[in-house]
Amino acid sequence: MSIEAIEQTAARGLSADPLALEADGQGAARQSVTAACLALLRHDLAIAWHQRAGVVASVVFFVIAASLFPLAIGPGLRTLGSLAPGILWVCALLASMLSLSHLFAQEHADGSLDQLVLSPHPLALLVLAKVGAHWLTTGLPLVVLAPALALQYGLPPDDGLRIAGSLLAGTPVLGLIGALGAALTLGTRGGAVLLCVIVLPLCVPVLVFGVGAGLGEAPAFPLLGACLALALFLCPLATAAALRIAME
Amino acid sequence: MTLAARQLGFSRGIRPVFAGVDFALQSGGLLQVQGANGAGKSTLLRVLCGLLAPDAGEVQWNGRPMRGGDPAFQQEVAYVGHANGISADLSVLANLRCTARMSGCEDSLPNALRAFALEAVAGTPVRALSQGQRRRVALARLALAPRRLWLLDEPVASLDDDARDRFHALLDGHLHGGGIAVVATHEALPQGGETLRMGVA
Repeated sequence: MSIEAIEQTAARGLSADPLALEADGQGAARQSVTAACLALLRHDLAIAWHQRAGVVASVVFFVIAASLFPLAIGPGLRTLGSLAPGILWVCALLASMLSLSHLFAQEHADGSLDQLVLSPHPLALLVLAKVGAHWLTTGLPLVVLAPALALQYGLPPDDGLRIAGSLLAGTPVLGLIGALGAALTLGTRGGAVLLCVIVLPLCVPVLVFGVGAGLGEAPAFPLLGACLALALFLCPLATAAALRIAME
Repeated sequence: MTLAARQLGFSRGIRPVFAGVDFALQSGGLLQVQGANGAGKSTLLRVLCGLLAPDAGEVQWNGRPMRGGDPAFQQEVAYVGHANGISADLSVLANLRCTARMSGCEDSLPNALRAFALEAVAGTPVRALSQGQRRRVALARLALAPRRLWLLDEPVASLDDDARDRFHALLDGHLHGGGIAVVATHEALPQGGETLRMGVA
């Protein structure tokens, strides 16, 4: 049903089958929200591809930092193996911090964030699409690389895969919390430092559960999953609110 | 369809940017906002589209107070701000296609390109375009999705004569079709309408 038709109905003050109209509108709206989120995801992935040098930086940092520890600690395999999940997780956390500060910065500068906030679709879902694109380019490579890096710590492949599994559940949470921090510090001077101060304490539970899950401790993986569920629900809403404030 | 402002005021900290702005526009109405640099034209437009919350007064859309972030209102608004809102890394086509997909009107993509004669540069990254060409891309969004309220910040700045003519034709069509437009501009538009002078109140 076209906008004019809806307006005419409203203008005449007729409630001509309002339920049918509402259902029709809701179905179309849901479809268009999905399409909008997918469009934004593809758009962000295309931008990331054009800026791949910057995107790769955080992945390279992860690989280098995680490779330096076995060299520095020395080949005491037993010590190294028990340290591996902790080291890989701290490296992943720091790598994700590296890429966070330009999550919204460029959109803020070129004005496309205005268009995003003014779009009729729910801002929280658009934020989720943006964080999804960010995770695909900066989080997923860490998950893929983790088993290979774990070999340097003398871990059997099973343990490496377990660490990768914990990162698979944990890195999206780091991205979601980071997006909130990036939105809160948008446009502030020295935002990168402030971002670390805001985000790192919030990431500590994820770090603790993530390392636990990497070590194979029983309750850690469900707790990490709970963190993911909570972050998926709360962080986009909070980030959307923070972005609206950042517009002022 | 009406857009009205009632004693609208906005201040940054303790410094008032503007105060006591009053106007009412019907379907087909055009408001030209004029004033010196720093008079608050851009800020007024950001208040009108809901990006900024006014400190005093209210904006009324169809007789009801407008709140920022209301999807029913945002469905109607097209805002072209001071910044173009396009990504410098992507091509003209990729930028417009994303906007078109987000508003569900991919069919009108060729129309939008044609409206500002962008076919020849459609595949060029925005980074390689001139200021005027970038402005054309930003304005081409207006031809993409049918929105009934246009809020434009200096639309003709850095445009050449050809692009100006194209913009005026688009604006004429919008107003004749019953749309409303609020345009912040330094040079008077030929469409006339009402004029709001800022900074002298």
